[in-house]
Amino acid sequence: MTTVTADDLRERVRALLAEHDPGSTDRDDFLRARFDAGLAWVHFPVGLGGLGAPRGLQAVVNAELADAEAPDNNPPRIGIGLGMAAPTILKFGTDEQKHRFLRPLWTGEEVWCQLFSEPGAGSDLAALGTRAVRDGDDWVVTGQKVWTSGAHSARWAILIARTDPDLPKHRGITYFVCDMSAPGVEVRPLRQITGEAEFNEVFLTEVRIPDAHRLGEVGDGWRVAQTTLMNERVAIGGGAMPREGGLIGIVADTWRKRPELRTPDLHDRLLRLWVDAEVSRLAGERLRQQLAAGAPGPEGSAMKLAFARLNQAISGLEVELLGEEGLRYEEWTMHRPDIVDFGGRDAGYRYLRAKGNSIEGGTSEILRNIISERVLGLPSEPRNDKDIAWKDLPR
Amino acid sequence: MTSPDLLYSDVEDDLRSSVRSLLADRCPPTAVLARCEGDRPHDLPLWSTLARELGLAGLLVPEALGGHGASAREAAVVLEELGAAITPVPFLSSAVLATSALLACRGAEPELTSLASGGLTAALAVPLSAAADGAFPGGVRADEDGVLTGRVGSVPDGAVADLLVVPAVGPDGPGLYTVRTDAGGVDRSAPVPLDLTRPIADISFEQAPGRLLAGPGQAEPALERALLTGAGLLASEQLGIAQWCLETTVAYLKERTQFARPVGSFQSLKHRLADLWLELVSARAAARNAADALAAGSPDAPVAVALAQAYCAPAAVRAAEECVQLHGGIGMTWEHPAHLFLKRAKADEIALGTPGRHRARLGHLVGLPG
Repeated sequence: MTTVTADDLRERVRALLAEHDPGSTDRDDFLRARFDAGLAWVHFPVGLGGLGAPRGLQAVVNAELADAEAPDNNPPRIGIGLGMAAPTILKFGTDEQKHRFLRPLWTGEEVWCQLFSEPGAGSDLAALGTRAVRDGDDWVVTGQKVWTSGAHSARWAILIARTDPDLPKHRGITYFVCDMSAPGVEVRPLRQITGEAEFNEVFLTEVRIPDAHRLGEVGDGWRVAQTTLMNERVAIGGGAMPREGGLIGIVADTWRKRPELRTPDLHDRLLRLWVDAEVSRLAGERLRQQLAAGAPGPEGSAMKLAFARLNQAISGLEVELLGEEGLRYEEWTMHRPDIVDFGGRDAGYRYLRAKGNSIEGGTSEILRNIISERVLGLPSEPRNDKDIAWKDLPR
Repeated sequence: MTSPDLLYSDVEDDLRSSVRSLLADRCPPTAVLARCEGDRPHDLPLWSTLARELGLAGLLVPEALGGHGASAREAAVVLEELGAAITPVPFLSSAVLATSALLACRGAEPELTSLASGGLTAALAVPLSAAADGAFPGGVRADEDGVLTGRVGSVPDGAVADLLVVPAVGPDGPGLYTVRTDAGGVDRSAPVPLDLTRPIADISFEQAPGRLLAGPGQAEPALERALLTGAGLLASEQLGIAQWCLETTVAYLKERTQFARPVGSFQSLKHRLADLWLELVSARAAARNAADALAAGSPDAPVAVALAQAYCAPAAVRAAEECVQLHGGIGMTWEHPAHLFLKRAKADEIALGTPGRHRARLGHLVGLPG
């Protein structure tokens, strides 16, 4: 196989633009054509939106298409599909599943959500109790999921459910793709401390899922889910950014424009956070360079941990810096937003929403466990749940 | 602004392995501890091997002058290894600080050639605490013949330097002078240092004959360049210190048993180590960024250096403090080498500008005034 170069990609982009003028082509048609040309995610295989090219070359494609003012697939709206479902389907899906799901996932025609957490299974996700029982060619699923962002607009969900309660908790789980329009799926908004309902509770009552929508082997769902979760952490902590590209940029702008707000104490704290934010940005950049060079390091979890701490500290400083204005809040009306936009709301919203950064996608405490055990090789805490059948666990 | 290269090249990896294997053989922490209890804290035989056989003395000196013509990126990798072994050799003082000052002057070829060969070791005659944004030092005066009088304290590795690069105020203003330490009129004494592995010297000049290298308008930027380069590369030494402290602590917590469990299985300790590891990963990015900016002569170098010092200096101190604490009683003993790393990290925090000073500098550089 020949290696794809940046010049090859530029040539392919030119051919795509020549055949599908972004100015006159329907958005979905353009995105489908881009997928079929292998320019969706170049590191994916040929035929599935990619060219088997190095991941780092995606930036070349994105830059060329941005220059041509071509429409993109609005990644923030379909982050769960792109960041979590897609890598999992690619790794564990059958050919049929890959061809059915990946194209509309990438174009955004079908939005995805994640049915993992439950009221009784958060950090201890493997203790989940949603049951899937085999019935002919189908599975019948009953249970309750929570913290599901985008469930109200999603067509599909990635779902993990318990298929064998007689095995220890990690071994009796199976991974499915769930049709969110199927009978028995009920979505209820879950209002959070910001006032809006970005997340949902999802009640599953005898939902039928065909066995053809199982991802991976029966009982192998925990291992499949690890792929999803690791990609989630990279997605949350990652993303190339210019200097002052994150929340620190918002506070720095306020600082520059509003000298009347400045105090020596706030100045000292702002500079400390500026240093932490810039160093974190560089660490993320270093991680991307390692990925592009084909040597992924374990820094993904670290980036998510750093990102949570920084966002919370910076947004807290911002409210304080604003003084009297910090006493006000935009509005508490309940909305159901499609995307989380830190920059588009006020300081109070940023402060409250950032509290979720150290909880969602693995709490900071769980991430520290992961780093200490998988990166540093420290022993795990003594556990009393590893060899006991799930049904016999104390709860 | 193009993205900095934050990875290590193959050449840099090779250089690291040569230095590391030599240090593993010649400079274990026990040997460093034994040496700093004697009256010759510097390991000059080891320095001679590093300087001549590995060519580290002339790493930054152009090939035309007998050096390696390498960049700050390679020097940074060397400093990571020297920091991880708290090696008592004058690499930072001679091959980085003094050499960078000489490289920024015209007419310093004879001195640079001698330094590159390893035949001569130099020191920049400023206190280790001097910072690039400080006022030009006024403690030493020069007359019109270049004869120096005055005093400078806390000069790193000053005791083992053959040649001093001295910022002094001459009849026309600031100048950089070279002075041989074996010439008359140079008196050196060794105060008891906090950091036993990088001894400092107090130096008095009493009618000492100097050679003028750079006068007003050239001496100040040359000194600033040397201190900026030193501060940027010191971040890599701090990274090496933090790396040793984390690795040593992790290894100890896996083997130390209390309450019938390895203490490293307690979540309260694991979380502290995870946080330290995160700081190490971040410090590596900051230190690489500074080295790359210095190597490329980037206009962003002052920001990259101030950022690296503001982050890496406290990161190294915290790693060393955690290393002492998490070793428990053994960490408090003279016998265990953790204290040598703590002392080096704490002295390095003051060296070439404190973190607070670098933060203030950043405030000016990036437009966040107080």
